[in-house]
Amino acid sequence: MIKDNFRIRKSDIINRRMFIIGAAKIIIFGGIAMRLFSLQINDNKKYLTLSDKNRIREWKLPPTRGNIVDYFGNIIAGNLKVYQLHVIPEQVENFNYLISRLKIILQLSNKRVEKIKKKKIQLKPWESLIISENLSWDEFSKINNYLYELAGVKPVMTISRDYPFSDIYTHVLGYVSQPNENDILANEIIQEKFVPGIKVGKLGLEKTLENDLIGINDIQRYEVNAYGKRINQLEYQKGKPGSKIRITLDTEVQKLSAYLMKGKAGSISVMDIYTGEIIAMYSSPSYNPNSFLFGISQDEWQLIRNNPLKPLINKTLSGLYSPGSTIKPIVALSALENGIMDTDFKVKCEGKMELHGQTFHCWKEKGHGWMSLNNAMKQSCDTYFYEVARKLGVDKLKVTADKFGLGKKVLGEYFENEKAGQFPNTKWKINNLGKGWVLGETLITGIGQGYTQTTPIQLCLMTAQIANGGYKIQPKILTDDNELTSEQVKKAMLDSKINDSYEPLYDDQKNIKIVQEAMFSSTNEIMGTSYKSRIDDPKYQFAGKTGTAQVKRISKRERELDLETFQIPYEERDHALYVAYGPYSNPRYAVSIIVEHGGSGSSAAAPMATKLFKLIVDRHQYRKKLSDYKEFSI
Amino acid sequence: MYHYKRLNSDQSFFQKIKNLDYILLTCILILSILSIFIMYSTDGGEFLYHTKSHLTKLVVFFVLMLTISFFNIKFWYFCSYLLYGVIILLLIWVSIYGIKVSGSQRWMNLYFLALQPSELMKIGIILCLAKYYHRASIEKVNSFLSISIVLTIILLPIILVISQPDLGTSILIALSGLIILWLGGVKIKYFFLSFITFLISLPFIISNLQPYQKLRILTFLDPDRDPLGAGYQIIQSKIAIGSGGFSGKGFLQGTQSYLDFLPEKHTDFIFTLFSEEFGFIGSVGLLLLYTIIILRIIQIGVISQSSFARLFCFGYAFAIFIYITVNLSMVLGLLPIVGSPLPIMSYGGSSMLATMIGFGIVMSAKVHNQQTII
Repeated sequence: MIKDNFRIRKSDIINRRMFIIGAAKIIIFGGIAMRLFSLQINDNKKYLTLSDKNRIREWKLPPTRGNIVDYFGNIIAGNLKVYQLHVIPEQVENFNYLISRLKIILQLSNKRVEKIKKKKIQLKPWESLIISENLSWDEFSKINNYLYELAGVKPVMTISRDYPFSDIYTHVLGYVSQPNENDILANEIIQEKFVPGIKVGKLGLEKTLENDLIGINDIQRYEVNAYGKRINQLEYQKGKPGSKIRITLDTEVQKLSAYLMKGKAGSISVMDIYTGEIIAMYSSPSYNPNSFLFGISQDEWQLIRNNPLKPLINKTLSGLYSPGSTIKPIVALSALENGIMDTDFKVKCEGKMELHGQTFHCWKEKGHGWMSLNNAMKQSCDTYFYEVARKLGVDKLKVTADKFGLGKKVLGEYFENEKAGQFPNTKWKINNLGKGWVLGETLITGIGQGYTQTTPIQLCLMTAQIANGGYKIQPKILTDDNELTSEQVKKAMLDSKINDSYEPLYDDQKNIKIVQEAMFSSTNEIMGTSYKSRIDDPKYQFAGKTGTAQVKRISKRERELDLETFQIPYEERDHALYVAYGPYSNPRYAVSIIVEHGGSGSSAAAPMATKLFKLIVDRHQYRKKLSDYKEFSI
Repeated sequence: MYHYKRLNSDQSFFQKIKNLDYILLTCILILSILSIFIMYSTDGGEFLYHTKSHLTKLVVFFVLMLTISFFNIKFWYFCSYLLYGVIILLLIWVSIYGIKVSGSQRWMNLYFLALQPSELMKIGIILCLAKYYHRASIEKVNSFLSISIVLTIILLPIILVISQPDLGTSILIALSGLIILWLGGVKIKYFFLSFITFLISLPFIISNLQPYQKLRILTFLDPDRDPLGAGYQIIQSKIAIGSGGFSGKGFLQGTQSYLDFLPEKHTDFIFTLFSEEFGFIGSVGLLLLYTIIILRIIQIGVISQSSFARLFCFGYAFAIFIYITVNLSMVLGLLPIVGSPLPIMSYGGSSMLATMIGFGIVMSAKVHNQQTII
């Protein structure tokens, strides 16, 4: 009985205490259910997003670069289909065997094979390994023949930059290649669009207009597992090719420039004197931009780099030359404007001029005799311009030179390697050299020697502004119909539109006319320095001024020897220059030609102008038709 | 002869079958079938190793459970101390000869099964203490001697398990033991006092934890501390459960698991997969199923005549509740990560063996509920 009592008490305690626990259980399970509710119902969206973030990964593909076309719409930087060979390592049974097979089929070098093997280690096994970026058609079809025995090999067709005119546009367009670290760091848009295999502009317009040319990536969305392996493709989002860029250059003129400069170092620029459109801009020698697309070979690179004619320098924009006698129109204009002289002003040239015990020689040892402005310009008499410069003074001369664009970048917004050059005055010398100006320096500045340094494009602009009657123009390389996003370029384009207001650069337009007539005489009258290069047909007739820039002071002995050009070592020969505009009756285009170490301007540079003007004037009608049509269609 | 007769009830075999608890049996069967489907999903929708192995074990252990239930509850009463002793010996054996996997020595190789004696101890401790309190008179329960004996019974396996090291299982063993103490009538103030003692000694315990255990606690407090390292499991688990939503992503559609973002998806994190694929509805359903099982076990305890059976049922019901709570709280980010499987659902032989033995003894208590044990 007692025992039974105990048992009952015991089971009472057990049951009572069980009840307390039971209540606790329900509360706890309730808590768990609430937690489930909060995770699965309240925060469902958040976790669903996180789960998608886990499993969906995007792969960007290289975007298609925009085309660049010339004024007439010919593609000068386009895209070409190329065949590539990819290998996906995880699908390959025996990698070493495969590589040795490919080595034989494609005749890969040992170095290349080593590189491929090294790259394979860095990649995940499901990422494609690029064996060859650019297969020839022969190689491509050969691979396709062997494909059945090459598991894991994938021939791929993709798009690559192509410059159909090879080297004639290199210094204008630049080229594209794989971006290096600096390219990526310097440009946020490249950063955003970067994918292995993307090509970016390294130089020239390709670099300046990168943000417009680059385009929008195609995007592939894949489901991936925790290790990043692609399981299946969910979506393919088509990107957009980059904007088409139209430039003002005419391929025909550019081609002729390249032809004329063949084998020589120098530059040819052609400009529309009213619109400022650059028709041609060729720096010689050039190089083939297509070589850089897939990485240039060391041998080819050394060949370009060590070429004594320096193909890597864009001479049109970065080459600094003494203008030589091509500065004389500005000197004359400045003197006329400042009332130092008039057309009747005469100087007697005796072959040299003495000043403070120093002798300044004219190029013609016997002297020209009594010279008026017209004659002095025609025969490029140095003594005359020594005297004019002496009377004018360098500071006044610089004011005029500055107005006409010397010492200032012309296309700085588009080409970062452009140089400004310099036109000196007294202040400049004190600031930069710490010495006072000497009158003798004024004299040599008057014939374009000494401290003056100009780029060929500046000389072209200078000539254009004389030719159009003395109005300021803003040179441009892009046509106005381009729609661009890049701030820097947009501003430059806006500037060029504003400056089409033709602000006059003269005080009295008569003076411009006098200079123009003097330049006409120089080319079209007997005794003129470029008389031999003239064209009598008024349709093509042009006016110009030769220049011969010394690269080295001529010693007394050399002066006595009077050597012919070919007798002097190449580096010591004079630069030959020529600036011109035409057709004279109704001017439209200005030209500047520089042949490095070409000898005299009249023999080396001026004859090129003859051929150029024939083509430029003939091309004008097509150009006009196109711009008229454009305006009509607007 | 007498002994033999005492251990056999008067019921015939068919009566025993009739007396089986069919509610509990149905629940266990549903749970088993669910677990096979889920295991099939963890294998990526293919009938692979884990599914096959899980299925085999379920079949074998289900038969074992039925077999156990046909033995009189009195038999289990008699065996209790013996079983406890045997498991202690196994634990000692494991600590000397056991297989070492990723730093802890918990397993013995039985060729068809890598047995984890610590899992069996979860049942062993309940059996042993249930027998002790069945025999102890109510007056002596709170005596110093009694409490000392009981604490020794609990501490002995805990020390062995903690030294493996396996914190998770030792906590579960301790909780299972303590609940029997509670049910057996130990005064509430003792629990209260020891709880305060525990709080005070907590800093010392923490300083003695293994570095990985400390890391787990820190990670629990802030999973984003190291999202790719220690916090990875819990973050991915929460993402999987949360993204399941109301009705889930659908069977075999759980991207987190299918794409290998879920760690330990076969074992401790099986609920995560279940919850991702079947959503809130499925999860609450599963919780309900477990609740039915627990309530049914308590009910069986209530109708049992002997204190032993009653204590065992209540204790076991509580133990199952604790396993579920610890596992779910862990995957839901409510508790730090301690290795603890979800009964029946998780892959793992020892855990399933222990659970099925427990169900078997509960079933035996049901079949023999009129049995008194003097």
